Amino acid sequence: MRLLTHNMLSCNIKGVANGFPLRLEAEKWVEKEVELNADFLRHIFPKIEWKALAGAARAVGYGELPEEADAAMLDSEDFLRRFHHALLEIHVEEGALVCPETGRGFPITKGIPNMLLHEDEV
Amino acid sequence: MPRPEVQAPPEIFYNETEARKYTTSSRIIEIQAKISERALELLALPNDGVPRLLLDIGCGSGLSGETLSENGHHWIGYDISESMLNVALEREAEGDLLLADMGQGLGLRPGVVDGAISISAVQWLCYADKSSHEPRMRLKAFFGSLYRCLARGARAVLQLYAENMDQSEMIMMYAMRAGFAGGIVVDWPHSSKARKAYLVLTCGPPSVQSYLPKGKGEDGAMCSEDEESDDDGGNQTVGMYDRTRPRKKAKINKNGKGKEWVFKKKEQMRKKGYSVPPDTKYTARKRKAHF
Repeated sequence: MRLLTHNMLSCNIKGVANGFPLRLEAEKWVEKEVELNADFLRHIFPKIEWKALAGAARAVGYGELPEEADAAMLDSEDFLRRFHHALLEIHVEEGALVCPETGRGFPITKGIPNMLLHEDEV
Repeated sequence: MPRPEVQAPPEIFYNETEARKYTTSSRIIEIQAKISERALELLALPNDGVPRLLLDIGCGSGLSGETLSENGHHWIGYDISESMLNVALEREAEGDLLLADMGQGLGLRPGVVDGAISISAVQWLCYADKSSHEPRMRLKAFFGSLYRCLARGARAVLQLYAENMDQSEMIMMYAMRAGFAGGIVVDWPHSSKARKAYLVLTCGPPSVQSYLPKGKGEDGAMCSEDEESDDDGGNQTVGMYDRTRPRKKAKINKNGKGKEWVFKKKEQMRKKGYSVPPDTKYTARKRKAHF
């Protein structure tokens, strides 16, 4: 799972109002190089919750993202590269996603988060 | 052979052996690739070369996702079968995979996704595989969450094999209730084998974008695959755009029609000259539940 997906996911349990962001508890992650596409980064930037991304990046040991970001920074080559690396090149392989409200954990195995809910959570 | 949907729940049906077919059978691979290409075409993404973030609902072994990756898009795949997802890992699917049940809702932030495709998956929602499953609630949860997570004007193209008209009508109805505009595009309506139905949905108010594209082979053109000769040509070929519009339901709440309604009716009857008992505090009062 890339941080892109983590940034879009929120907790789906019934009655949870603030299911975002899911706390990322990463145990194992890998980095895979992907070609940088500035157009995509500019397109996706407004949809990204920056705080959540920066937090998740720190959880996988990548602390080079600034705390705050705005659209003007997208012109900087350096910023784009960091953004790209955090968003698309880090794959969380093992760990868990934890709902911020209920503390329910969704395990990640082999890079696939298990988001299945129990019957009483639907 | 009976439909897979009636044999077992998806997470059971798509076991190791069934999932294996999706890597070994070149026929399945070819058909899946064709359908996903068509779905992507129907998605009508702006042709500006910018990669988009798409959803693949019921991604299975990632065959449909491969088409998305080939076109440069990023995608998030949902599937309920672990075996299928394992095959997807083996095939090195480029999108992110989630083990999830679409009938429980997608659990995404609102307005973040640029489009969604689904290949032969949504009809599974019409079957209740557990005692807690209520197909209507599951359809509602699915379409509701899909509508929320799509960006304005984004489309969802869902290819599905409905068992009968009732099913496709039910699916369509819940899509409309969630707020989607759109309809069903049928490719090769005259062939029983090549016939494919796509539910093309647009998020947001009706606009120029929400026009419905034409199905392939609607004008009687032959499809490239061998045409079935015993084509019944019956009701299966009817376009369903008008029929599937949901009808308004009369509102009846759980507690019956209520006091006001009774008073109104009594007043009406009085005006007509019938002898009507006077209105008292006992009129239309709530009664104790017996038993």
